[in-house]
Amino acid sequence: MGTLWFWIVAFMLTVYTVLDGFDLGVGIVYLLVARTEQDRRKAMHAIGPVWDGNEVWLIAGGGTLFFAFPLLYASSFSGFYLPLTIVLWLLILRGLSIELRAHTHDKVFASLFDTSFALSSAILAIFFGAALANVVRGVPIGADDYFFLPLWTNWRTGPNPGILDWYTVIGGILALLALAQHGLLYLSLKTSGDLNARTTAWAKKLWPIVLAVTLASVPATIIARPESLAHYRQHGVAWLAPAAVITGIAIIAVSLARGWEWRAFLGSCLYLAAMLVGAAAGLYPVVLPSVGTAGHDITIDRALSGPHTLHVGLVWWSFGITLAIIYTITVYWLFRGKVPEHAAGYGH
Amino acid sequence: MDALTLHRIHFAFTITYHYLFPQLTMGLALLIVVMKTVALRTSDEEKRERYDVAARFWARIFAVNFVLGVVTGIPMEFQFGTNWSEFSRRTGGVIGQPLAMEGVFSFFLESAFLGLLLFGEKRISRPLHWFAAFMVFVGSWISGFFIIVTDAWMQHPVAYKLLPNGVYEVTSFWGLLMNPWAWIQYAHNMSGAVITGAFVVAATGALYLLQNRHTEYGRIYVKVGVIAGVISCITQIFPTGDMHGKYMAKHQPIAVAGMEGLFHSEAGAPMVLMGQPDVENQTIDNPLVVNKVLSFLIYGTTKAEVKGLDQFPKNDWPGALPLLFYSYHIMAGLGTYFVSLMAIAAFLMWRGTLYSTRWVLWPLMLSFPLPYIANTAGWMTAELGRQPWLVYGLLRTSEGYSKHVGAGTSLFTLLGFLGMYSVLSILWIVMVYTAIQKGPHAPVVDAGHDGHTLTTA
Ligand code: HDD
Ligand code: HEM
Ligand code: HEM
Repeated sequence: MGTLWFWIVAFMLTVYTVLDGFDLGVGIVYLLVARTEQDRRKAMHAIGPVWDGNEVWLIAGGGTLFFAFPLLYASSFSGFYLPLTIVLWLLILRGLSIELRAHTHDKVFASLFDTSFALSSAILAIFFGAALANVVRGVPIGADDYFFLPLWTNWRTGPNPGILDWYTVIGGILALLALAQHGLLYLSLKTSGDLNARTTAWAKKLWPIVLAVTLASVPATIIARPESLAHYRQHGVAWLAPAAVITGIAIIAVSLARGWEWRAFLGSCLYLAAMLVGAAAGLYPVVLPSVGTAGHDITIDRALSGPHTLHVGLVWWSFGITLAIIYTITVYWLFRGKVPEHAAGYGH
Repeated sequence: MDALTLHRIHFAFTITYHYLFPQLTMGLALLIVVMKTVALRTSDEEKRERYDVAARFWARIFAVNFVLGVVTGIPMEFQFGTNWSEFSRRTGGVIGQPLAMEGVFSFFLESAFLGLLLFGEKRISRPLHWFAAFMVFVGSWISGFFIIVTDAWMQHPVAYKLLPNGVYEVTSFWGLLMNPWAWIQYAHNMSGAVITGAFVVAATGALYLLQNRHTEYGRIYVKVGVIAGVISCITQIFPTGDMHGKYMAKHQPIAVAGMEGLFHSEAGAPMVLMGQPDVENQTIDNPLVVNKVLSFLIYGTTKAEVKGLDQFPKNDWPGALPLLFYSYHIMAGLGTYFVSLMAIAAFLMWRGTLYSTRWVLWPLMLSFPLPYIANTAGWMTAELGRQPWLVYGLLRTSEGYSKHVGAGTSLFTLLGFLGMYSVLSILWIVMVYTAIQKGPHAPVVDAGHDGHTLTTA
């Protein structure tokens, strides 16, 4: 039961990353590739009807984590208090920027919201990457199963790490680059003309960099958390994840060369999903590793809710998530195809 | 201030702010369905067009409030973990369930169908567009239900057991969802949301009529607002408010004593209409009372004894007694005013003179902030009355907060939210005001080519 719920939560957070990842990515590259008012409207139009639904995967995933693993939710959310609160502020800023951008006809304000949209998206990507890296590296859990992480200390991993150290910064940069690539490929899929040409050109430059940082993250992880290698050795199937990561990048590279927009985007989806699944596999059956000596790893078994909760949970969750997937597919289908060349602003 | 107090203010401020948006969207969603239904069913071409435009206008306002509801709602979901970690650890197996269901069952549904409602009018058939509006309504009302189930469990825990590791678990899923407290609270709360929606719609209509512009829409809005208003204002007091009070007297008698400012038990207890509680001397200053009414309202007889605060140990008293007393009286006082105003308006509408009776249109226009105050006061009553318990009878508020998050850190993020939300308030007012100024006929921009139709507010 515990393993099942571990993968359910991992699944929801992976879907969140793949879906919201592209609209965050559009934000990251927005100022870079969307130069004219027309381009910016098109870029906004490409994510307008879907970004809110994408974000729901985070909320629903968080809720599922809450009831399936209350201890994990309690310990990690209070321990990461400050960075999480900053994430919330950034989410507010970003949501508003998108909305207000659509409502304003004033050039000065439009460029203000453009900038806040791009900045909040980029910083969010860095935070998400760093957060994941924190979980992989481990946190100084105390005897009472709680911890509190300062934002930074001496930038070193070890028994008293901060949210930001050399390892988690790599995580943040990798997330920034990977989501930027995801956003570029999505935009090239959804647009035509100049914007399409520019996004494709940038994507071609970016993929080797993403590949290089991805490869660099492997020895970094082994240094920061040697146990992850042992986890991989124990569970042979886990090696499929890194294999899929490499396949994903290969698909992107080949598709970009041939001009296959769809396949390039799907390659990027595969890459992101495999990265997350790989991280989860490296943790399993731990959900929050401990560094230092005071406390113990938080494992699936320790964090798990009572059996009845999980049994009924499985019933409604399967039902509800099926509906959610149907809605998601329907919305994407209704707004399929490229954004029209002379798109008016997205807005209500 | 100590960490506990700051965490409490943190939660209270962010939730009170969040609820400004859902109370309107939940009420408005219903009224939009009403307008879309009229448009769908009429065979009169002109009337149909008018009601469609009328509904489209409110869908735009809905969208603005929806986005603000979303961005202020996400912090709520996170705050259980960040600020109330011990509470989350112990009760997550119970309250995490309805919270997760809210996400899975209603937020997906709402966001998908809202997209259709706003962008799909030209792409889908009329009945399907009506259906989109209907589903947005269903989604927002389901969302309200799950959140109330969560709160009701904290007010009146049912269907749980304590596991050996100190964590609570659900023993019966249906028991949790069928918590009688939840259904009573839900009925009262949703009726309150309809009041907010009705007052806002009616106020906009009254504004147009007073300004003598968009008058054909002004009439529709006043009509829809007043009909919905008169019904919901009555259901707010009877049966829902009445039931709520009686159920509480049974299960949280101490909170009722605090709400009513009843320091000493009394047979034939009076109802205090107005007054200022003096906790130190345990009296009410400058009281304005009606004899025996309280006993009658709770037990149906003027003789029954109502338990006062003196029946309970002092460390079980709700901490903020005066605030609890005022919140309750503000809610009930406003409720009385709402019924009177709406009844007069409905009477004049029936006589056919409402649209030109300025002395009623004026208060209709000016009263729209009051339901927000009444709803907030109602929640303050509920939440302050529950103190000092976080989960009534099971977990004290002082045991539930995040012990590792210091007072300074909590103050820092509280100030951050205060700043952030001040900016949000300004934007919100500007956006809604501009939409209302532009009126229902704001241009509909057609993106052409493939039928993407976008409306700009
Ligand atoms: C427009 C809003 C509004 C109005 C006019 C009223 N209420 Fe109310 N009331 C609410 C909005 C509200 C609320 C915000 O919706 C609450 C908070 C929790 C809940 O479920 O509903 C609430 C709670 C609430 C409670 C429960 C408090 C608790 O749980 O501790 C009682 C006993 C009443 N109400 C009683 C009344 C009575 C007797 C009213 C009539 C005069 C009345 N309310 C008018
Ligand atoms: C819009 C409606 C609501 C308002 C205005 C509101 C208001 C408040 C207030 C004023 C407090 C502080 C009480 C005190 O510390 O003395 C509080 C606390 C709290 N409320 Fe609510 N509340 C609302 C809805 C909810 C709901 C739906 C939930 C549950 C899902 C909830 C859960 C809590 C929790 C966990 C606390 C902190 C612990 C405590 O102080 O008891 N509230 N709320
Ligand atoms: C009286 C209490 C509450 C009611 C009735 C309520 C209702 C709603 C509704 C109807 C929405 C949909 C958005 C909208 O229409 O504006 C919403 C949004 C949201 N609420 Fe609340 N809420 C309450 C309190 C809370 C609390 C305590 C939480 C924390 C768990 C919360 C979390 C959220 C979240 C995360 C969203 C955004 C969801 C989205 O993406 O659509 N709400 N709320």
